[in-house]
Parts: sequence; C-alpha cells; structure tokens
Amino acid sequence: MELTAPTTRSATTSWIFKNKWLLLIGAIVVGTIAYAYATNDRVTTAVLASTLRQSTPLILGALCGLIGERSGVVNIGIEGQMLLAAFIAFLANVYLGNLWLALIIGALTGALMGALLAFMAVTLKMDQIIGGTVINILAVGLTGYFYTAGLVTKGKFAPISLGPLADIPLIGPVLFNNPPITYLAIILVFAVHYVLFHTRWGLRTRAVGEHPRAADTVGINVFRTRYINVILAGAIAGLGGAFLTLEGVGSFERLMTNGRGFLALAIMIFGKWTPLGAWAGALLFGFLYALNTQLQFSGVSLPPQLIGSLPYVATILVLAGFVGRSRAPAASGQPYETEG
Amino acid sequence: MTTASAPEDRGNGARWLRQIWRGISVPLVAVLLAGLIGAVLLVISGANPLQAYGALFKGAFGSPVAIQRTLEKATPLIFSGLAVAFAFKAGLFNIGAQGQLLIGAIVAAFVGFSIHGLPAIIHAPLALLIGGLAGALYGAIPGALKTYTGAHEVIVTIMLNYIAINITDYLADGPWKDPSPTNIVARTPKILPSAELPILGNIPLGFIFALVAAVVVWWVLYRTTLGYEIRTVGLNSSAAQYAGIRVARTIILTMALSGFLAGLGGAVETQGIVFRYQPGFNAGLGFDGITTALLGKTSPFGVIPAALLLGAMRAGASQMQFDAGVAKEITDVITAFILFFVAADVIVKTLIRQRESDDEKVVLSKGWGG
Repeated sequence: MELTAPTTRSATTSWIFKNKWLLLIGAIVVGTIAYAYATNDRVTTAVLASTLRQSTPLILGALCGLIGERSGVVNIGIEGQMLLAAFIAFLANVYLGNLWLALIIGALTGALMGALLAFMAVTLKMDQIIGGTVINILAVGLTGYFYTAGLVTKGKFAPISLGPLADIPLIGPVLFNNPPITYLAIILVFAVHYVLFHTRWGLRTRAVGEHPRAADTVGINVFRTRYINVILAGAIAGLGGAFLTLEGVGSFERLMTNGRGFLALAIMIFGKWTPLGAWAGALLFGFLYALNTQLQFSGVSLPPQLIGSLPYVATILVLAGFVGRSRAPAASGQPYETEG
Repeated sequence: MTTASAPEDRGNGARWLRQIWRGISVPLVAVLLAGLIGAVLLVISGANPLQAYGALFKGAFGSPVAIQRTLEKATPLIFSGLAVAFAFKAGLFNIGAQGQLLIGAIVAAFVGFSIHGLPAIIHAPLALLIGGLAGALYGAIPGALKTYTGAHEVIVTIMLNYIAINITDYLADGPWKDPSPTNIVARTPKILPSAELPILGNIPLGFIFALVAAVVVWWVLYRTTLGYEIRTVGLNSSAAQYAGIRVARTIILTMALSGFLAGLGGAVETQGIVFRYQPGFNAGLGFDGITTALLGKTSPFGVIPAALLLGAMRAGASQMQFDAGVAKEITDVITAFILFFVAADVIVKTLIRQRESDDEKVVLSKGWGG
C-alpha cells in the first residue's frame, strides 16, 4: 500500500503537478507533430521514421554507457565496441549468410570488448579513461588492418510490419514497421529501466556504483556485479554496431561509427544516466538529424555546412538552457579495492 | 661496472642509473610486449614481422629525411597531447582538442594568406598567435558553459568538434576558398612565404616550439599560483572553493589555455606542413592528443616521448606498407597495446620484478562527474 500525501489533492492531481514540465513538453511535442502532420503528412511521417532510425545506434550506445557507469565503470570505449561489432557482424553476414546469426555474433563481439574493459577496470584497476581509449584505438587498428575491400554484402534486415498496428496513420509507419534491431532498441530502453530501478539486481548495481564499500559490507560482490554489467552493456553496444552494418548501411566502411559512440556518451550524460532520459536525448538528436536532412533536401538557401551544425548547436543550447548540471554515479570511474 | 654489489657500495652514479631505469623500464617493456603481440598478428596474417618492423624503423629513423618526418608527425601530437594533459590537471576532460585544433589551423591559414607586406619575423608569429587565440576562444566556450550553466564539458566539446568541422568546411568552401581558376576543391589559398615556419637543418621549427610549449606548460603548472590553483581544483574542487580559489575562473582559464595549445598545434601544422587549410588534412590529430596525453601519463614532459613514439610509427608506417605490404593500421593495434601495458604497469612490473609505487599511478576519471 502506498503512502498517501497529506494534502487534499488526489493522487492524479499530485502526479500531474509533479510531472508538469514533462507533460508540458510532451503536449508541445504532440501538438507540433499533429500540426505538422495536418500540414504535410508525407514529410512528417518520413522525418519521424528517420528520427527513430537515426536514434537507434545512439540509444544502444547510451544504454551501454549508462549501465557501466551505474555499476561504477566509466566507458569511453563505446565507439570502439560499436566499430568492432559492426565489422565482425558484417564479416559474419558475408561468410555465414545469416543475418540473425550475424546479429548474435555482433552482440558477442561487443560483450567480449566489455569483458576486456571490465578486466582492465576491475581486475587490473587501470584508469578507466585509458581502458576505454585502449578499446577505441584497438578497434580502429583491428578493423583497419583486417579490412579487405570488395567484400560483397549479403543483404540487410528488412522492416517487419506488425500487422494491423502498421496501418494506423502516422504512428503505424513510424513505430510498427521497422527492422528488428530498431524494435529491440525500444524494448531494451524499457527493459533496462525496469531492471535498473525495479529489481533487486538493479538496486545492487546502483549501490555498487554509488557506494561500493557499503555494498560490499552488506554482502554484494562488487567485482562480479561490475563484470556482469559491463559485459552485458558491451553486448548492447555490439547491437548498436551491428545495426550499422546489418540494418542501416548494409556494408562496412573504415571508421564507419563516425563518432556515434562519443555522441552516445554525450546523450547518456544528457539523459542524466537514466534509460528514459537517454532515450529522449537520442530521439531529440535523431530528430535534429532527420530535420537537417530534410532541410538540405528541400533547398533552404543556407549553406549546407551551417545547416549541418544544427543538431550539435541545438544540443548545446538545450543542455545549457534546460538540462543544466548533471551528476554521475558517485563511484563511477573509481576502481574498487577490497579492505585488508 | 658491476651492479651485483651490496646497496651501500653503490655510488651516486649507480643510484642515478637505477632512477633512469625505474623511469624507462615500464614504457620500454610495454613497447617490446606490444611489438611482440603485433608480430603475432603479422605472422597470422602471413606477413614477415622482421621485414615489417625493419621497414617501419627505416621509415622513422633510417635517414635524416625520415627523422625529419618523425619530428613533423610528432609536433602536432605534442601540442594536442599537452592540451589534453593540461585540462586533465584541473579535472577536465577536453575531448574537444580536435575542434580547437581545426579552428586554430584555419585561422592561422587566414592570417597567413590574407595579410600582405609583413616581414617573416612578424608575420609567422602573428599567424601562430592568432591561430592559438582562436583555439583558446573555442576552448573557453565549454569552460564558460560548464561554470555558468553546468553543461558537462564532455558533451559540449564533443558537439563543438562537429561544429568545428562544419565551420571550417564552410569557410574553406566559401568566403576563404582558394579563388585561383585551377582550384576546384574546398581549400584556402596557400599562405605567403612570410608566414611559413622554416626547417632548420632537418629539424622543423614547429617541433622546437612544441618542446618550448612543454617547458612552459610544466612551468605554469608547477611554478605558478595559477598552476597551483588548477591542480587544487583538479584534486578537489569543493575544497578549492573553500580555500578561496575562484573555481569558475580557473575552469574557464584552464579550458582557454588548453584550447590555446590545441590551436597552436593546428597553426603549426598549417604553417609548417600543409601551408594552407584543406579539410581532412588535420583529421584525428586532436583525438590522438588524448592517446598522447594518456601515454605520457599526463605529464608535460611525458607527452614528448609519447608523441615521438606515435610520430615515429606514423612516419614509418608508409615505408612499412611500401616495403613489406603491411597495412599501416597495424601501428594502431600496437599503439593500443603499448597504452595498455603502460597503464597496466602491474603486469609489466611483475614481469621485471619491480616493486609498485603508488605515486606513479595515473588517476584521471575521478573528475568525470563535474
């Protein structure tokens, strides 16, 4: 039984009051979308569908980052984890000819890089910024060294239409007619949120990230918790990498992650280390990307490079104007030493 | 000379040698181990590691020209490495050295091609200075946003890197585009000879500037009040505030100086190597600053050998590709493992049976939470 607030307000009104800013922003977003759809349904649908696609690798990367940090391990190697996973998943697809198998191999590659990060951060107690940088350089080196031009792709994931849901105007084509990794990303946002804030494992993970000594005292295995979280997080980054080669572009190019891992890091901080907040950040960024493409397409008279800066300038403005100070999990970045 | 004698018999010379050995043993063993792993990879992929490493060495040190190329490649890395290391001292992670370097490079090019009639003794330093100042301004933005709005410098610098690419692409393809009728690509005009940095013998002047910059950074950090304030803020910003240090001012100033160093790196690259600004020519130099700073354990003097090592591998990579047919990316793999073994000095020290000392351990990521 929940405690009731000692006010005359009903539960509903107090909930609305508590979340007034969120509701206001939500109302503005819905209103804008409705207005845009009424003005030009085709373009609105295209921009929103593109928003979701652009946000997918970013939210997967951001989830990877925040799971690690919630357990106390800073991960600036997301870029490398994604790049290597994209490469290995591509090779798997070329040589095995099976997209699902390639997807699993991509996730495993990410997990393996996660294990490497955990080994450096937890076991060797290496500085975690260095650990992440090692992963980034290693991925650039390995993918560049073993890359051979002219490998022919074996196709990519096609959209899966969710039956009658996909026929709903606007919402249908945007949300219910997507390739598998995009669905998976959305499911993962809610799954990670649930696990992190509503399960015993999540509570333990957060305890390890905030105060490992206290967690240790009550019998939580700090090292094991960090290892498992960082490895699972790596698998999620691997999905993000696999998205690029199996769902997005369809083939591998050198350095194809193009800074997405670092953007994911920014989005994670933007979302204040929460899955839902990060998702909002990723969607905002995806939207700005989509809008940017649309603007260049529609022949606005501004130089393309200046329109191209829009997502980045807007992110800084939103961050400086509305989001403000963010606080990392207290023990994030610090190796844990057992006493004795 | 024997080293097997009892400790009390050792003279000052031996102790001195031991000090040097302590300092260089870990990096030396790290390079050897990383080279070994690289050799295994080379063998797996069917190449001859001796031939590959031989060519790499020849390309990096084999002739005066090779050495000059190594120094040229190391120069921007020293600057961007110093920029990142300097910010680390205040607990700030400047991922934006890349953007600051690009801005410095294009502004130096602009000063270099647009101002006529100045003697070299004024023109070249002026272009360097203004390039550096442009980087400083660009670096001060994330510092100011952090102090006044709480915006995390990591996000802001990442965004500013992308914005810098767009700004420089726009300038090089728009107002500052090379107007000569033969030019069809996005690039600025060539800078005037008076703005070029000369090469003294086989030593580029820019490299000497980089060494001077390292000394100045060391001096500022360890011999001035500002440096003391920067390091105190880096260790514990609330304690610094309590002790009366103006933390906000220190953060903005640190980011500006860090940006100044990165901007200088770009300017030196423009005036000493490329002689104009052309998009893509400075790609990654700022990001490599992170690697350089970490490899140099964020010490101003550690950055120099780190940059020389990376520069040598870069200078030798094309020779290796040419002679042994080995893709140059193998040097990235080796770099990753060198960084790994330098940072994981527990492994190396166990291997060579050296006791661990805590004071050498690098701790950077504690400043993350901002």
